[in-house]
Amino acid sequence: MNQPVYMDHNATTPTRPQAVDAVVRAMQSGGNPSSVHSVGRKALRVLEDAREQVRGAVNALKSAQVIFTSCGTEANSLALQNCGRDKMFAGATDHPAVLQARDDIQRIAVDVNGLIDPFQLEEMLAGGGDDTVISVMMANNETGVLQQIEGIAHIAHRYHALVHTDAVQALGKVDVDFQALGVDMMSLSAHKIGGPLGVGALIATKDVKLTAQNAGGGQENGLRGGTQNVPGIAGFGVAAELAVSELAGMGRLKAMRDQLETRILAIAPDAMVIATMADRLPNTSFISMPGVDAETQVMAFDLAGICVSAGSACASGKTKASAVLGAMGVAPDTAKSAVRVSLGLSNTEDDIERFISAWCELYQRKGAARSAA
Amino acid sequence: MTANTWTQNNPLYLDYQATTPTDPRVVEAMAPYWTEKFGNPHSRNHHFGWEAEDAVEIARGHVADVIGASPKEVIFTSGATESNNLAIKGVAKFYGDKRNHIITCVTEHKCVLETCRALQQDGFDVTYLHVKENGLIDLDELKAAMTDKTLLVSIMAVNNEIGVIQPLKEIGQLCRDNKTFFHTDAAQAFGKIPMDVNEMNIDMMSISGHKVYGPMGVGAMFVRRKPRVRLVPLIHGGGQERGMRSGTLPTPLVVGLGKAAELAKKEMAAEAERLHDFQHRLYEGLRQRIPEIFLNGDEQSRIPGNLNISFAYVEGEGLMMGIKDLAVSSGSACTSASLEPSYVLRALGVEDELAHTSLRLGLGRFTTEDDIEYAIERISKEVNRLRELSPLWDMAKAGIDIKSIKWAEH
Repeated sequence: MNQPVYMDHNATTPTRPQAVDAVVRAMQSGGNPSSVHSVGRKALRVLEDAREQVRGAVNALKSAQVIFTSCGTEANSLALQNCGRDKMFAGATDHPAVLQARDDIQRIAVDVNGLIDPFQLEEMLAGGGDDTVISVMMANNETGVLQQIEGIAHIAHRYHALVHTDAVQALGKVDVDFQALGVDMMSLSAHKIGGPLGVGALIATKDVKLTAQNAGGGQENGLRGGTQNVPGIAGFGVAAELAVSELAGMGRLKAMRDQLETRILAIAPDAMVIATMADRLPNTSFISMPGVDAETQVMAFDLAGICVSAGSACASGKTKASAVLGAMGVAPDTAKSAVRVSLGLSNTEDDIERFISAWCELYQRKGAARSAA
Repeated sequence: MTANTWTQNNPLYLDYQATTPTDPRVVEAMAPYWTEKFGNPHSRNHHFGWEAEDAVEIARGHVADVIGASPKEVIFTSGATESNNLAIKGVAKFYGDKRNHIITCVTEHKCVLETCRALQQDGFDVTYLHVKENGLIDLDELKAAMTDKTLLVSIMAVNNEIGVIQPLKEIGQLCRDNKTFFHTDAAQAFGKIPMDVNEMNIDMMSISGHKVYGPMGVGAMFVRRKPRVRLVPLIHGGGQERGMRSGTLPTPLVVGLGKAAELAKKEMAAEAERLHDFQHRLYEGLRQRIPEIFLNGDEQSRIPGNLNISFAYVEGEGLMMGIKDLAVSSGSACTSASLEPSYVLRALGVEDELAHTSLRLGLGRFTTEDDIEYAIERISKEVNRLRELSPLWDMAKAGIDIKSIKWAEH
């Protein structure tokens, strides 16, 4: 065989060379941005330039807060634990970083397509939302399902609830416009868009009153103590700009993803692609191979030099079926046999061919249709 | 690096406590993990993930080695500030209903002090120990303050402003005797002075990457397993780091921290000796040329390479403006934007006026002999120049007690 084919871009993706350059340059210049001498001032300029790049990438206003964190999980934590609202509702298919952010979360149910039911949300908010923050992820990391965030924010605001969205998987794959979405807070992660690992951001409107999760030296307007990771942030800024400028490339990924699904369903009519009825990320496909355990598939793919995932990376060490699929009411058998393919701009049509080949080969060897015969 | 013409734009860097340059060997070690070995270390499904995970575990071992811990006792965080928050809040939340007294010290870093103040709001009882004139805590005072309700003692190993090293072994023993957890913020100590968590009875330790020639954005925390320290995490989610700290581990940064730790362990003794010599030369050089200068903090129990000096009758900010070709600090980086005199110096009993005249000089791995000579030359020249212009200095020379002067109002 040849080079491994990486199709797990939702887990992480290689850092863009331009971002690496920015990181290395900043590491070589050094400096603590809180220092008053010129070395510190230079680091501060790099930090602030990157802040504007990130702000621009999501079209947030100049007055909006852009707070750098160490990762998307920390941004979620900061937003949801420290926004001053006593109650929290979260989408049932949200990432554990949201679902575990607090002890007492009420889940907003999703339908079979993985979409938040707006009527259910209204019911939950009926008593008033002044003391509530709701969190619904913009794009699901496993299924790729895109939530109707503008509508959700609209409903929530009618009841005066605060709205947060985890846009970690959305940035760089679909248009992410903080103003247009109408949310109060949004989490982002650098490494999902080809920025360096170790940086994230929380975007918030100027009216959101946050308290610091990390008490410290007053950095990030007192909201996130700790010396800022200037090299990482520099890389994030560059990656954010590039990711947005390359959105058009997602059309190609969508075509490849659709091809992959069409061809597999043609060969195996009993296979199932999760959530095709919902709007999804252009690069993601969560496919069930009937009768074959996800773990088995992933191992077989790995042996064939193809990197995919049985659900989210965080959960990949665990043997339970995907909680996301559970929340969607997907039958346990289907859920246990579902594998996630997430494409990146480096993937080619050859990669798709290889995947389809490997998928079919395994299906023919082990699939339900086969064993029934 | 040859003896340069240092300028304001390209100054001689003498601020190693604020941050250290990332060692080129660390930058090199990190390089493959950005684009080549880029996997998410929690991806269990393919070799990209496995190779990232392996690299993380090797780094973990290096960090543990420096402090005599088991790798199982080391978790990675985003930095020492986070580790400090997690250590203190984490045990407070777990054990707080049984024991709700915490002891810390007035010279701790802001993040520890702020965290303790926040816990006071939540009903915790906090004792802020004073320090002696030399910046060290009084062990008898510590012992007297401990009760059967004392959950935690948090005392930093090395102070970021004045460089003094606290008596860790003794503190640890007192804590062990009282069944109290001992946490130490070792951001400025890790890899610079020998530390052994078992000899010193340390239960939790905060570590910072960018203070030990590693990358920014990463740190670590030692959390003892025997006897077990339990804590409530601050950041929840995917369950990484044994559930203590969720979030994708940043492989390149972790590898960088591991490399920095490995280098520190190898080079610590030689580097300490070299820096101690430089520090001594710098101080002596300044003392010989400038009368009325005072070292803040114990001269012996001090990290090699740090000097915090008060230059009487010369305003610190003014002095810094005259030596812009030297990157130094007048107090900690975090608080340097404020014009208040350092609370650390105040805690030593240094009067505000004298505190305002202080500079923190931090030497490090890349400091050269020429740099020391240059610094002595520049600082002494500028201090003496400013003193010539200072009426206070004239009066002091004439033997007038400045404090006795009644300044006329205009």
